[in-house]
Amino acid sequence: MQLITERREISSALFRFSAPIVSIAIALFVAGFLLLASGVNPLEAYREIIIESLGSMYGLSETLVKTTPLIFTGLAVSLAFRMQIWNIGAEGQIYMGAMAASGVALFSGIENHWLMMIAMFSAAFFCGGLWAGVAGFLRAKWRVNEVIVTLLMNYIAILLVDYLVYGPWKDPKGFNFPLTAQFTDAARLAEYFNTRLHSGFFLAIFCALVLYLFMERTVWGFEIKVIGSNPKAAQYAGMNTGLAIFMVLFLSGAIAGVAGFSEVAGLQHRLQHGISPGYGYTAIIIAWLANRSAIGVVIVSFLMGVLLVGGDSLQLLWQLPVAFVYAFQGLILFFLLASDFFIQYRVKLVRGGIHG
Amino acid sequence: MPDLLQIENIRKTFPGVVALDDVSFSVSPGEIHTLLGENGAGKSTLMNVLTGLYHPDRGSISIDGEEVHFASPRDSLARGIGMVHQHFMLVPAHSVFENILLALDNVPNFFNRKEYKQKIAALIDEFGLDLDLDSPVWKLSIGAQQWIELIKLLMRDCRLLILDEPTAVLTPQEADRLFTVLERLKKQGKSIIFISHKMREVMKISDRVTILKKGHSITTLQRGDYDENRLASLMIGNDKIPQWQKNLQMSDEIVLEIEKLSVRNDRGLSDLESFDLQLKKGEILGIAGVAGNGQKALAEVLTGLKNANSGKILAKGEDITNSDAKKSYIAGIAHIPEDRKSIGIAPDMSVDENLIMKSFKSGAFSRWIFQDKGAIRRNASEKIEQFAIKSGPDGTPVRYLSGGNIQKVIIARELSEAPAVLVALYPTRGLDIGSAEYVHKVIADGADEGMSTILIAEDLDELLKLSDRIAVMFRGQLVGYVDPRNTTREEIGLMMSGEKQGGAACN
Repeated sequence: MQLITERREISSALFRFSAPIVSIAIALFVAGFLLLASGVNPLEAYREIIIESLGSMYGLSETLVKTTPLIFTGLAVSLAFRMQIWNIGAEGQIYMGAMAASGVALFSGIENHWLMMIAMFSAAFFCGGLWAGVAGFLRAKWRVNEVIVTLLMNYIAILLVDYLVYGPWKDPKGFNFPLTAQFTDAARLAEYFNTRLHSGFFLAIFCALVLYLFMERTVWGFEIKVIGSNPKAAQYAGMNTGLAIFMVLFLSGAIAGVAGFSEVAGLQHRLQHGISPGYGYTAIIIAWLANRSAIGVVIVSFLMGVLLVGGDSLQLLWQLPVAFVYAFQGLILFFLLASDFFIQYRVKLVRGGIHG
Repeated sequence: MPDLLQIENIRKTFPGVVALDDVSFSVSPGEIHTLLGENGAGKSTLMNVLTGLYHPDRGSISIDGEEVHFASPRDSLARGIGMVHQHFMLVPAHSVFENILLALDNVPNFFNRKEYKQKIAALIDEFGLDLDLDSPVWKLSIGAQQWIELIKLLMRDCRLLILDEPTAVLTPQEADRLFTVLERLKKQGKSIIFISHKMREVMKISDRVTILKKGHSITTLQRGDYDENRLASLMIGNDKIPQWQKNLQMSDEIVLEIEKLSVRNDRGLSDLESFDLQLKKGEILGIAGVAGNGQKALAEVLTGLKNANSGKILAKGEDITNSDAKKSYIAGIAHIPEDRKSIGIAPDMSVDENLIMKSFKSGAFSRWIFQDKGAIRRNASEKIEQFAIKSGPDGTPVRYLSGGNIQKVIIARELSEAPAVLVALYPTRGLDIGSAEYVHKVIADGADEGMSTILIAEDLDELLKLSDRIAVMFRGQLVGYVDPRNTTREEIGLMMSGEKQGGAACN
């Protein structure tokens, strides 16, 4: 007896559609054992996650607060993925966007709220865009692998922000904590319902709609899809693939940079150490689960928001480490990638060898 | 005496497709058995089943009367079944000797080089081949590389050799040598499964012919029981073949001229060396040459995918040398690429989208920055009807289409802007007869309307049938022109191998 794999000529649409759902279910099942091992009843824990994140106005608003940066970065990453460009650097691009927006908020002296918002947004947009654009340029010009460049530039961005908040930008009245002074009111996004929910969330939804239209309806979206589907065919059809690679990475980084703007202007109201607890990496999972569709990104980001908020309460209630949430995210991605294999191949048991 | 190989009632399905259904045939020792069928008839699938790459859903394979189950090509090799694939499995940087050693299973870690060399050399002599064991493979002609593949199988004592369209890459003379070797192998008691769709060859060397059509084995005929017409009609059945007529094009206006063009490849070797060509308005100019003699580079330069190192290309008198793909397209060159799946289409996108890949920015398909989905759809339904593309439901990714239909999508797109010049590389490769004739018809009709075509093809019969003139290439140079109505296959063959210069005078 022998296990063999065979390529499927055509994969079923149903299989393709159900893969993310099945992956999440299996991940829930396997994570259950992790919970059991920590002495927690998995069903109770899952119930707790739902209630904490969705069961109250406060819980729901917190979930949306977490969802906001995930939507931005999820969109950023999936835009690049659409063209088979792997932007692993959304995390660093958030930091650069946050840094640029904070710089404007702290030092520009603009007093008009809208002018300030536009200035902070633009600074974050371009700074994030240029940060990713470096990788885009290197890739387009010398075929330098963008995975490596975007990933390594994360460390530079995070350490650069650390240098600023530990050094020159540190709040003199901050008791030596690694953070800048608080922004003025002009540099803050509006908040709603007496919660921490801020207009960054609506900006994220708007961004998703614009990106959806961009991909599905515009000439450029078409170009990106052709290049993503087959770069050689695109080149042969006369498209400038190098320029497109740069532009897409720029745009991807810019959107991630806006996530940084939304975080500092909407939530934290200052620049500080660790402004993103890895949203840029979670974005990779989101983009993959959402199959790179803008609308899918919004839905999946919300699910991830639920998980993050619920995970926090698990920490409080049962002293589970935060690592559990990351382990769970990892499991989802793992099973999703595995399901990708089963979508493309069938596995068969055959009577092996030569029969005499 | 039992048959060497007996295949009975094989069925193989892929999701949604029955690739083989109830296929049976047998091979006797010392027989050359031809599998004849159109592309998509199931020849390759059947051979993949026979060599253990695919597993049949039903049916049996027996060798010497014993039923066998192959889990992988290793198993089938162990039972003496070996295959020469269309794409050779050779390491180009290694020598002939090393490549052959690589194929042997039982070479000890410390072995006697001399002994193995002698063995192989003996085999080479036996068949009167001309092969230098120490030469690196990349220096050899395609024909010689094919010998290596054959020798690999003979060194392993294969009793049944499968040759998948072996003559596709050979000159007529090389093909004749191959047939001589096959005859000799037959006399030694080896069995051969010969896969082809070229009638001439099938008539020449087969002992028996099994015809496959749409996954079924229609019939097996003994030599003497068939002629070309009988085979063709069995192979095609009652499929409709598009009719077209070749009208001679006589014009002296030169639309495209190539002067002393040289193109070097990544290794710094010349793909084209001081190559000259003149294309006249409304003519179909066939390019004959063994694969790998610069045809691909010629097409790539003409469509802007590659830059010339020196020389000039003039389109209607305008210098378009080294313009990018877009610019040369505007100058009026359309291109049917050799490898349609890898550069001709965006596989995950729909037929509609693939049809506008070159003109998506034009005002016909866009308004401001937005795409005009209505216009794109209308364009697609027009083309789908005009070119009889079987495209499946709206929005079906183009990769689910058959090879013939993918080719039609590409041709529909390329011809949609009434190009002055078409560069077609192997436009009918892999197509069934109906689709191939359709492609011929489109090219011939285009010529009637004044389109000039550079037709690069490997099948001399195709070139002779379609071309107004034939230019022969060898090692990146133009050997000469011949008049298809006034030449022989032998003459072209000699020119293709560089043994004869410029053919019968031809304007």
